[in-house]
Amino acid sequence: MNILVCVKRVPLTGGKIVLTDDARAISTRHLGFTISPHEECGAEEAVRLVEQHGGSSTVLTVGPPEAEEQLRDVMAIGVDRAVHLVTDDEEWDPQATAAAIVDAIREVPEPYDLFLFGNESADAGNYQVPIRVAHALGLPCVTGVKGIAVSDGQLRCEQEVEGGRDIYELSMPAVITVKEGLNLPRYPSVPGRLRAKRKPVEDSTPPRRQPRLEMVRLHLPAGSGKQVEVLGHGPEAAPAVVGILRELGLV
Amino acid sequence: MVLVLVESLDDELSRQALTLAASLDDAVHAVSGVGEYAPAGWGRSLLEVIEELSPSAVLAPGTDRGNEVLAHVAAMLDLPMAANCVAISPGDPAAVTRIRWGGSLFEDATVHGSPLLLTVAPHAVAAEPVEVAQLRELEAAGGDGMVRVIEHVPASTAGVSLAEADVVVSGGRGVGSAEGFGVIEELADLLRGAVGCSRAVTSAGWRPHTDQVGQTGTKVAPEIYIACGISGATQHLAGCKGAKKLLAINPDGEASILASADYAVIGDLHEIVPAISAEIRKARGA
Repeated sequence: MNILVCVKRVPLTGGKIVLTDDARAISTRHLGFTISPHEECGAEEAVRLVEQHGGSSTVLTVGPPEAEEQLRDVMAIGVDRAVHLVTDDEEWDPQATAAAIVDAIREVPEPYDLFLFGNESADAGNYQVPIRVAHALGLPCVTGVKGIAVSDGQLRCEQEVEGGRDIYELSMPAVITVKEGLNLPRYPSVPGRLRAKRKPVEDSTPPRRQPRLEMVRLHLPAGSGKQVEVLGHGPEAAPAVVGILRELGLV
Repeated sequence: MVLVLVESLDDELSRQALTLAASLDDAVHAVSGVGEYAPAGWGRSLLEVIEELSPSAVLAPGTDRGNEVLAHVAAMLDLPMAANCVAISPGDPAAVTRIRWGGSLFEDATVHGSPLLLTVAPHAVAAEPVEVAQLRELEAAGGDGMVRVIEHVPASTAGVSLAEADVVVSGGRGVGSAEGFGVIEELADLLRGAVGCSRAVTSAGWRPHTDQVGQTGTKVAPEIYIACGISGATQHLAGCKGAKKLLAINPDGEASILASADYAVIGDLHEIVPAISAEIRKARGA
């Protein structure tokens, strides 16, 4: 089976978010970059499914030239090749992103059987690009998947819901969005990293559609206004902790 | 008029969406899905109601299903959709404020298109009584790309559910190993609470992902959240900011988590957590 996994380059935010002077982006001067946690599981699943069922895997991103770093990271765990839809520095809105992905998919000579996305990106969290891609391609879509089994061209997907799990069955080709917890992604090995350097990345520069969900500016939530009360240092603070637990009616 | 996709009229997150909808227009109509869940099918049925009623805006709660069904509608209409909004000013274009990074950041955005499609971030607005002109039931419409739930497997009921626990004792990288969680489990048991952990811990394989608290894990809302050896990455705080009280146990008095904490104990969790458990036993006379 041929699998396409889509990822997005996002900053590793750490403990505190600082904005750029124009308040249109997170200041990344001191930050590294990664892909969204859900997407790490999507990439791992693509590699596992190809290991089990044969075929090949491709990773795609819509992002700035620097996003090649994330494509190499994903290829380092075993994805075979990459497609880079190169953008300017501005983040594209969900409709523009989906349209660029759909155009790229339509150009592929050998069609994909399965499209894996993260359920939502870590940064924008728009919850819609994969669903737009599914509609444009006329494919079925299941979101938030934490279990995938493939047999005879059929997919069985599990979704965590309140009180249990919902099960869906559908035939391929299909669009699936996954959540972290689907699997435990492997770390790239040194040989994997070396191989990833030689794997092909196909670049193109798609035209950008006019944004219809247009970001104006970002702002940080008002501080919690909390002033932390230090109960003490080391095990001697235990009685003070129990005092707090007693106030809450827990002891 | 405005149209709201609800779970039910009593559901808390649906009531919050109705409240935000009522701030846009006096006439609020609601629809709720019936039968087995079918994302595209519900979306297609919702589209029929939209075509019949011509609402100025369509809202849904920012839940997995709310976001999903509305995204299907947005895709079918090729209209923009703003997910997880906390405020809206109607107009052309409409102006919204929505959350990013699981609530660690806000975005002001404009939405170009009509009807306005948006979901409402959970717990961003307080639910108020809203007069609903009409509640319709929505049955999934068939068609291309139709998928539906074929089976529901109930969760095992053993132990305290992390999402609903009154006490969560959570461990981070500072716990050091899978075995290190013994002291965390002991304290959680004594307080009849649940064990949580940070993403660093699940990535290291020390705990299952079902224990992870965070933006891509479980969102918790206990009476008290005890964060042991957790530095306080935004990814983690997005999952525990619903806690009424937060106690941080950390060797670093400058750790990010302290900015969100009500109480802190500075030092080694491997000494402090067992001392708290011993103190609880002593207080209970056991």
